[in-house]
Amino acid sequence: MKKVLGRIYILIIMLFLYLPILTLIVLSFNEAKSMSVWTGFSLKWYEELFRSKIMMGAIVNTFSIAVLAALIATVVGTLAVIGMSAMKQRQVNVLMGFNNIPMLNADIVTGIALMLFFLMVGMPRGYITILFSHVTFCIPYVILSVKPRMNKNTDRLFEAALDLGASERYAFRRIVLPELRPGIMSGFLLSFTMSVDDFIITYFTRGAGINTISTLIYSQVKVGIRPSLFALSTLVFAAALIVLLTVNLRQSRADKALAA
Amino acid sequence: MGELIRLEGIVKSFDDTVVLKGIDLSVEENEFVTLLGPSGCGKTTTLRIIGGFVRPDEGRVFFDGKDITDMPANQRPVNTVFQNYALFPHMNVGENIAFSMRVKNKPEAYIKDKIKYALKLVNLDGFESRRIDQLSGGQQQRIAMARAIVNEPRVLLLDEPLGALDLKLRQEMQYELVRLKKELGITFLYITHDQEEALTMSDKVVVMNEGYIQQEGSPEEIYDEPVNAFVADFIGDSNILSGLMVDEKLVRINDIDYPCIDGSEQGFPPRTPVDVVIRPEDIEIKPYGKGLFNGTIISKLFIGVHYEMLVQSEDGEIEWLLQNYDQHDVGEKIGMYVRPENIQIMQKPKSEAESAIELDI
Repeated sequence: MKKVLGRIYILIIMLFLYLPILTLIVLSFNEAKSMSVWTGFSLKWYEELFRSKIMMGAIVNTFSIAVLAALIATVVGTLAVIGMSAMKQRQVNVLMGFNNIPMLNADIVTGIALMLFFLMVGMPRGYITILFSHVTFCIPYVILSVKPRMNKNTDRLFEAALDLGASERYAFRRIVLPELRPGIMSGFLLSFTMSVDDFIITYFTRGAGINTISTLIYSQVKVGIRPSLFALSTLVFAAALIVLLTVNLRQSRADKALAA
Repeated sequence: MGELIRLEGIVKSFDDTVVLKGIDLSVEENEFVTLLGPSGCGKTTTLRIIGGFVRPDEGRVFFDGKDITDMPANQRPVNTVFQNYALFPHMNVGENIAFSMRVKNKPEAYIKDKIKYALKLVNLDGFESRRIDQLSGGQQQRIAMARAIVNEPRVLLLDEPLGALDLKLRQEMQYELVRLKKELGITFLYITHDQEEALTMSDKVVVMNEGYIQQEGSPEEIYDEPVNAFVADFIGDSNILSGLMVDEKLVRINDIDYPCIDGSEQGFPPRTPVDVVIRPEDIEIKPYGKGLFNGTIISKLFIGVHYEMLVQSEDGEIEWLLQNYDQHDVGEKIGMYVRPENIQIMQKPKSEAESAIELDI
């Protein structure tokens, strides 16, 4: 009895989590424009999606900004962590305090603040300002994920490399960087997802003629949403799912190889 | 054999704490020298100064007669076995050992031979492609040794290399280290807080405390003739008592006079207040009244080879620590005797700093 109840409980949770997404996916294949009546299977909304310059532009913008912002934030954040490793603990604590505030800050405040800043310095808002804003809010996450990898142990390994005759540059490249790599990777991926996900900050810092997926959907909601947006959402979801599955599959293969 | 390493007047402080207060040390070629002291005594800092990881505030470091104080760590002809081994976790055993040779762009064939040789030397044949996290603590320790010695250093610095191992393994590795040193024919500078390790392996023991060198000498000298109460207390168990020289070669402790072998010639003329060290195994048990002094056994512990007893003097002023192979019962009244040569007379320290400065002269 307990087992059955447990199963039902899990089923309900799963339905809550995935039924909305499932609805979206089903509707993206619906022939009619209706959101409530199923009239037949069709790929025409996907066709519309790939034909629409606006939508394709938004997709390109979203992902190019995400990749660039994640790359820049990862480099800046990693350098910051390396710099902090040479500081006194008290200074590091102060810096980390400053680092944590933007993450706790509400997105809307960050968004408006950045918008006002761009207005004040007279920077024309567009692709560059969005990218700049995304780099800004991604850096703290990179620092937070790389910092734990840079510890006493890393210092000791660096010293050991010097002791064995390596130059500082060689020791950094061959010993410290590989130690930081998992943190750098997760910092990059975190930044990438945060950037793709972001709506509020992008909304306030974009110019008139530029859209990312999130701002495009928002603007379309006002004029009446088209099913091609369902198609777009379905593709984004599918992409995320595929990435997740491959990563997990690789991990479990690696684990098996290790156990063998 | 000549002098290989010399430290002259090394002073070092971190923030407001002075860690080393003027260290002079000389290490001979092919010697096994141990820096021994409690944690915080400055021994690790001394080693790091020789390794080139810490710059002294004052003083110079010489290697083979050359001043290397300003030479960066990666150019010094020394290698270190670090406390927690500091093996590179993303490289396998072979790559770890090869590191210093790859840095120097040695040919691959040479590297391969050298890895084989080093692994054989530390009794880990065929471990080339193992991952570091697959090794036990003892094996990691050996790999750290192998990695340090393929670089053919003239001095190997060892920073408490056995600290993380369990007792049995530690004793085994002590023999291994001595064997390795013999086979390599190089100088070992070893750091430990374990007096047993220091006494069993070293040619020379340097006892440190509070940033000063307290005493240096052979293990026998350090054990048999500690220069002050700290050394006596740190090395082995001992009875440390306050005494007064009452005559040439006669010291009074707690109203009883003991013949000893030190007098004016050794710097202890009559009426000098002194510290006296008597090792617990040097107190012989006699029938009651037949020894120099009497006492009552108040506790007894069996410690494997011998019994350890606490004996209270008749006036209740002193508790003597005794070690004896024979069993005696708690409550038994006994007489005790100490041979004159087993009574170690030491200068009473005026203050910690003063006593340490005297040692420097």
